[in-house]
Amino acid sequence: MPERTTLRRRVWQSVFPVPIIPRTEQQRRRYFFAHLVLHFRPATVPEKTLKLSLTWGLGGMAAVLVLLQIGTGLLLKFVYEPTATAAYESIRALMTEVPFGLLVRNLHHWCANLLVLVIFLHMMRVFFTGAFHPPRQFNWIIGLLLFGLVLVANLTGYLLPWDQLSFWAITVSTGMLEYIPGIGGELQETIRGGTEIGPATLRIFFAVHTAVVPLALGLLMAFHFWRTRKAGGLVVPRAPKDDPDPDPVRVPAIPNLLVREATVAVVLVAVVMMLSVFFNAPLAEPANPGLSPNPTKAPWYFSGLQEMLLHLHPTFAVFIIPALVAAALVCIPYGNYNQNIDGVWFVSQYGRHTALKTAAAAIVLTPVLIAMDEWMIKPGRWFIDLPPQIGRGLLPTTLLLAVAVGVYRLVKGRTSAFRSEAVQAVFVFFTVTFVVLTITGLWFRGKGMLLVWPW
Amino acid sequence: MKANKMEKKIDKAVDPLERRRSFLTRLWFWLAAVALAELIYLITSFLHPRKPQAGRGEFGAVIEAGAVDRFKPGSVTAFPRGQFYLSRLDDGGFLAVSRTCTHLGCSVPWEEKEKQFACPCHGSIFDISGSVINTPAPRALDIFPVSIENNIVKVDTAVRMKRSVFHKKQAVYPQKI
Ligand code: HEM
Ligand code: FES
Repeated sequence: MPERTTLRRRVWQSVFPVPIIPRTEQQRRRYFFAHLVLHFRPATVPEKTLKLSLTWGLGGMAAVLVLLQIGTGLLLKFVYEPTATAAYESIRALMTEVPFGLLVRNLHHWCANLLVLVIFLHMMRVFFTGAFHPPRQFNWIIGLLLFGLVLVANLTGYLLPWDQLSFWAITVSTGMLEYIPGIGGELQETIRGGTEIGPATLRIFFAVHTAVVPLALGLLMAFHFWRTRKAGGLVVPRAPKDDPDPDPVRVPAIPNLLVREATVAVVLVAVVMMLSVFFNAPLAEPANPGLSPNPTKAPWYFSGLQEMLLHLHPTFAVFIIPALVAAALVCIPYGNYNQNIDGVWFVSQYGRHTALKTAAAAIVLTPVLIAMDEWMIKPGRWFIDLPPQIGRGLLPTTLLLAVAVGVYRLVKGRTSAFRSEAVQAVFVFFTVTFVVLTITGLWFRGKGMLLVWPW
Repeated sequence: MKANKMEKKIDKAVDPLERRRSFLTRLWFWLAAVALAELIYLITSFLHPRKPQAGRGEFGAVIEAGAVDRFKPGSVTAFPRGQFYLSRLDDGGFLAVSRTCTHLGCSVPWEEKEKQFACPCHGSIFDISGSVINTPAPRALDIFPVSIENNIVKVDTAVRMKRSVFHKKQAVYPQKI
């Protein structure tokens, strides 16, 4: 005979069949199966993976930022008008007339930018702790897709205010598509919804930004977390000289993992709140197709690409080199490595030295090359007289490949024992080069895209 | 073991039920492939741009620029609604030069002092005829066909012509009277 209960109690129990805060051990164990959101997490985690110095909370931060984007984005959708004639005015109204509209817009802006930074750092930590080896190979690929999606989200969102910043950044970045051999023109016309940026472009970008990307991001994130779980948790951190521990000590995820995640989330929310209160998201003049502002700069995460465009033939800057980089990133987890380096920062003692050295080399070399191209290689001198496809395309690209092979050979030596270190060195070299290019494009380029001192 | 396998093989070939079943499986597979193709076609047709219609005097229509004498040799006149500049070369020839940079599509302003088009985005520079003086632009600015009827210069902005450099043949000259 069932227990007699009040109606309130019966309704409550139908929604929450298990206690919200588990009090006994048994309740804790059942907790995961009973709560939808928690189901993504493992029931127990290796104790050592809880250390902040393994993950830096970066993956969790990315997840929190995505949630914040969905929340703020839904609010923005009630005010924003996705037409070329009304978009700008609706953003202005949002900022001046809607209560807290400014704050919500700022939050959406800062979370979006922070997300790019955070997943870049997350990717760095995954790479440098060797977390892309089996069984995590495919999760690296899912991660790359997530990275691509976040960039698409940022780029499509950038157009929506329909101001001078949006209009010209999207003109330039969709202009790049034209240099993809074969399908470029067609692709560009499809994405722009015509030959030029116009109302059709806004319609397409709005659909991608508010429906396609969130849906894909949600699905892929669920996949990402599930694969992390299936791999038995994260890589277990250890010193280079220690052997991998086949059977690490595990502790219940509740409360150990959950309180750490919550802490990171709370601190992060506090930080983005501060940013959003003190720094407004930019809004330039309304879009004017006849007047490109000087300088017209790409959003900061593309300023490395913009810097490449200043030096290289467009087909190479926007297609061949990015395609090579993407292929290399996809191939990273499928290399034939013959040591287990899961959880060791920078592979080994030797790996740390070589990584530092290649980073230093890239930091010195990149600015030198940029300066040389700016001031020494002028029309009529040197190989500039070669056709641009060669002098500004094939030649520098071959040089880059030669550097990659050279760094690899140098670090690997004659044996195959140092393959991981060699791959890492090449990765470090190009990542640092890209970061230097990004910083140059962001702070050292002024009017007419000439080199300037930022202070 | 071996015999067992053989038996199975024979079974599969002969047993009409089994044959029908594998045929049906294949049929499902092909149906799924067709459905997928239809879906892809549907998506691409949704994405395909609808052709915009140009109004009178707008970009995409024939634009009357004005009388020949209005344009001095060596001058450049902007036609913002037609998205082009009318260049009159020193020898009197006319060129309707697109304002869109051939590098990545920024709008290039005409700099009267330096007598050049200078792109604000990545620093490409073009001369009065639209030829590249400074990279990264890979080719000269596009041109639109110019015609001169009854001493009136007309530009057809519906036809965009690509070129790598300026040739004298591209310019249109008024008839000598
Ligand atoms: C929206 C973007 C992303 C989100 C929300 C996300 C989230 C997460 C989370 C919560 C974890 C658990 C561990 C941690 O916090 O570090 C994780 C692990 C992992 N992530 Fe991501 N991630 C994203 C993008 C990426 C990218 C760009 C890559 C690399 C290409 C990547 C590769 C991995 C791998 C391989 C693991 C397993 C690490 C290990 O086992 O130690 N993820 N991710
Ligand atoms: S768009 Fe004109 S130089 Fe790049």
